[in-house]
Amino acid sequence: MGIAETYTRGRQFAVARPGSVLLALVGIILLYDLLSGLATGQTSFSSVGSLVWDGLMRGLVIGLAGIGLSMTYSILNFANFAHGDFITAGAFSGWATTYLVAGLGRADVGALLLVGAGGSVFGGTLGIGVTGTPLAVAAGALVAGVATVVLALGIDRLVFKPIRDEDGITLLITSVGVAFALRYLMQFVFGSSVRGTTSQPPSISLYFVDGAVRINAHDIAVVVVAGGLMLAVHLLLQMTKLGKAMRAMADNEDLAQITGIPTERVVRSVWVIGGGLTGVAGYMFILWKGTLGFNDGWLLLLLIFAAVILGGIGSIYGAIVGGLAIGLTASVSVIWIPSAFARAAAFAVMIVLLLVKPEGIFSGRSTA
Amino acid sequence: MSVRDDVSARLPGGDAGLIVAVLLVIYAAYVLIGVGLGYSLRGQLNTIAVLTFYIGVFAMLALALNLHWGYTGLFNIGIVGFMAVGIYVMALVSKPLYESGGAAQVGGLGLPLVVGIIAGMVAAALLGLVIALPALRLRADYLAIVTIAMSEIVRFSFLSGELQQFQLLGERVGFGGGSGLILDFTDPLEAFFGFFGLWDAYLGFVDSFEVLVPNNPKPVVDGLVYGVVLLFFVAAFYWLLKRTGESPFGRVLKAIREDEDVANSLGKNTNRFKIKAFMLGCALMGLAGILWLMTSGAVTPNFFRPRITFFVWIALIIGGAGSNTGSVLGGAVFAALLYQGPRYLKNLVDTVLPNADAPSGFGPAIAPLISNFDPAPLFFYTIDSIRQLQLVFMGLVLIWLMHNRPEGMLGYRKETAAGIPLTAARARGTAETDGGESASGGGSDE
Amino acid sequence: MAANPLPEVVPMSEAADAGDGDEPGVESGATSGAGAVGDAPTELNLGSGGPSVSEEYPLQVDSLRKSFGGITAVDDASFQVERGSLTGLIGPNGAGKSTTFNLITGMLQPDSGTVTFDGEDITGEKAHAIANRGLVRTFQIARELQEMTVLENMMLAPKYQRGEALWRSVTPGFRGDVIEQESELLDRVWNVLEFFEIDHIAEEYAGNLSGGQRKLLEMARALLTDPDMLLLDEPFAGVNPSLERRLLDHIHELREQGYTFLLVEHDMDLIMENCERVIVLHQGRVLTEGTPAEIQANEEVIEAYLGGNV
Repeated sequence: MGIAETYTRGRQFAVARPGSVLLALVGIILLYDLLSGLATGQTSFSSVGSLVWDGLMRGLVIGLAGIGLSMTYSILNFANFAHGDFITAGAFSGWATTYLVAGLGRADVGALLLVGAGGSVFGGTLGIGVTGTPLAVAAGALVAGVATVVLALGIDRLVFKPIRDEDGITLLITSVGVAFALRYLMQFVFGSSVRGTTSQPPSISLYFVDGAVRINAHDIAVVVVAGGLMLAVHLLLQMTKLGKAMRAMADNEDLAQITGIPTERVVRSVWVIGGGLTGVAGYMFILWKGTLGFNDGWLLLLLIFAAVILGGIGSIYGAIVGGLAIGLTASVSVIWIPSAFARAAAFAVMIVLLLVKPEGIFSGRSTA
Repeated sequence: MSVRDDVSARLPGGDAGLIVAVLLVIYAAYVLIGVGLGYSLRGQLNTIAVLTFYIGVFAMLALALNLHWGYTGLFNIGIVGFMAVGIYVMALVSKPLYESGGAAQVGGLGLPLVVGIIAGMVAAALLGLVIALPALRLRADYLAIVTIAMSEIVRFSFLSGELQQFQLLGERVGFGGGSGLILDFTDPLEAFFGFFGLWDAYLGFVDSFEVLVPNNPKPVVDGLVYGVVLLFFVAAFYWLLKRTGESPFGRVLKAIREDEDVANSLGKNTNRFKIKAFMLGCALMGLAGILWLMTSGAVTPNFFRPRITFFVWIALIIGGAGSNTGSVLGGAVFAALLYQGPRYLKNLVDTVLPNADAPSGFGPAIAPLISNFDPAPLFFYTIDSIRQLQLVFMGLVLIWLMHNRPEGMLGYRKETAAGIPLTAARARGTAETDGGESASGGGSDE
Repeated sequence: MAANPLPEVVPMSEAADAGDGDEPGVESGATSGAGAVGDAPTELNLGSGGPSVSEEYPLQVDSLRKSFGGITAVDDASFQVERGSLTGLIGPNGAGKSTTFNLITGMLQPDSGTVTFDGEDITGEKAHAIANRGLVRTFQIARELQEMTVLENMMLAPKYQRGEALWRSVTPGFRGDVIEQESELLDRVWNVLEFFEIDHIAEEYAGNLSGGQRKLLEMARALLTDPDMLLLDEPFAGVNPSLERRLLDHIHELREQGYTFLLVEHDMDLIMENCERVIVLHQGRVLTEGTPAEIQANEEVIEAYLGGNV
């Protein structure tokens, strides 16, 4: 027992335990800062309300896309870096459909299918929106889901299935290859420009203490679609035999194989459900933010990872809660820090949580 | 795998000979194509200079990554963050003091380049320490996500307005924000030769090239000489990492990669070893970032997107993680075939078909193919989009490698982790008597 | 990459004539059967002095407790191990033997209780710190470093190597010292390899060894750390009988040189024939301890084993 040991133990203590203490302290300081800001009138309630609403929307999209990532992470045992580009692929396929339905006869079919690449046709001109062209939007969302399922199954068959038994790192590196190929193929086809996709949606202003929080029709659409799909997944996992098999496989693949759950079928179902949700999430994300570019999914991916890890890998409820937490962090953090660091703050939350509670809020794995 | 080993065994100089041979083949291919196209000597030399530059930086980065992943099993996909910190801190230290009215919005501390380079490396190593202290306990895939998130945080930080300009030691300094930072320190080559009092001699040397390259040979010669400097650094990295690997330190790293619990149970403080290895690799990545960008005149945060990290990974996987020789070869092959190759190909096509007009988008490119089977516009669009398609190609190569050759082009290489050759130099007469049949294994002769 | 190192039993031609029906015939506390193998180099010279502990009972475990979730794996376990003894730790499956080992060697942190080694409290210390104190373990499933050769595996083990400092390994002028020590270490390594009679596989990759060879390698490697006491977790699992004899002979030889052993083993006969003292764990507690004869006569032990195996 000497100084060195005391030091080692002290450091061990400082790294392991008081992380949570420090976190709580930071939370209190931030809360105090916010409250004093609100009290002195430096920060308005309505602007905080708008940020929270914005964060909720973002969080729903992240959560919806996160369910698929979480499922593949726990059942196929690897971090899929191509997931972001599945989102983009879903968005492009869905929006091509929406453009086609909304603009058929009014513009060149090629331009519509390429989602107005190079400024050939604009979503605003076509009056695209959930109120203006509800059929086109519904068709788009549907196609986004279906196309992403097909893509995910195809890639699984060609790329992941042959190396199913390899370790997670091999699969992770392979998924980076898939991400590269997909993303830049989409750039090749759809161009690198970021295009506006929707016309201004109708909105209502809700009075909130000292000002208005605006909520538009696309926000409502995100809430309805994301909420509905999350509920559907919940029912699927709880009520069906397939859901039971998935949960078993997330817990232990060997066990699942021994007890006769056909794992390849489960794997396929994972891609179908995860891919479908991911594609729709990509579509809704674009509907909500009103612009589309080939990098959108990739930019969202790290936030989704943050959400999934935050919630605990393998837990769909964790993914949803994590998504909301990350979305809120990314939006609301601008109250305290410069907006350039908003995404950085979301990553920081993930890193801190990984260090304090690496198994995630929902303690992973067991709930699927 | 033994075939390749035989190649390197038969070549004079062993592994070094293999590296030189591969480089010669690459250069020969580039020169031959250039000759075929009737490039001027100036064009040829420029091509070679650029090629050497990228071979140098990717080989250095792959070597540094090999220390992390190949030796220690640390899955770092935040390489680009360490490069960014390296060059930005180096710029902060070495840029001249701010003068109002100058081209640069912000100044630096005006210290010599060497000080800046060391400061950049130290800063990258310290960032590595900040990440390593808590994160090395994490699973490999978590460490991956933490490091890539960190590299994005670094990029956002340099992009932010808050760090665009600030006061340090009473000087107006900064990182320039999104619009970039002008690197207005002394020309590195001038500083290098000036340090030895050889700048005038160098200028004389440059002038003697007037015969070969008329009209201002300096940019061409500068490029070539800088390429040589980079190759010199590659050799230095190689030497350093070879020594690191072939030592008791490297042995512990190897043991950590194999089974960390075992290393711990044998009394090795594995965390300390991991942190040291991680910091060394980060410092080398910082240095590689500095060498990549210090001659580029300016630097912007968006240069440091994660894709460069993945380039380095592809280079390492081509060469084969765990082997320093493989890392250098992987860097060279990646730079020559995947990184520069497609661009060179585009130049080639442009030279052959100088008047071809590429369509502006995929729509106009594919329409003629559909309407009247004219593939030319699509072909020209493809060539014009080579910079995107080369990334598609890289992705496919990565998938192919992971399917077919995850151990890299040299096959599985096992480099002995000891300061002395570990062979059965000792007589083993007693063992032979019991007919000691040993399970046969892969060629262990080193 | 994560090839499962399940031991495959490869018969060793060399010891085949030893016959597996033979009883080792070693009474508790009696002399070992060393020399039965004949021409093995009997003196092990580690070049580092051998074991040195001052306490009568170098390892003392007091009220050790560890639970995972709701399950208590080790529940108030207390025992001590005498210097220079070969002590067996037995118990039915799930009795907490491996967890106890992990708690002693710092792979797990106990919820409460203390572990004392050679008079000093080592509870909660890191695994590497405990190993450096001279308390070294082997693993239940041999954990050789597969892609390192036997020689590399062995060279890893010695403590406080100069070249483990990065700067000394790379700096010209200092590397000479490193190289010099490497040669010395290699000599020691060869001594130990010859002692264990695995010098003929020195250049082999550890991943290519048979199950028994791995066990030998693991024990040889542990010895090179210059330990005072060795904790062996099922060293005979998956080892063929002749090699088992050889391992036992080595253990007895080393015990005579002053090394202390704590041994987890399933094979009751083996424990009863070779150990001087036996500690019985049951459901995380020490059920009883004593000489093999006492244990064999103990009703509770029989009860526990029968009950545990139903």
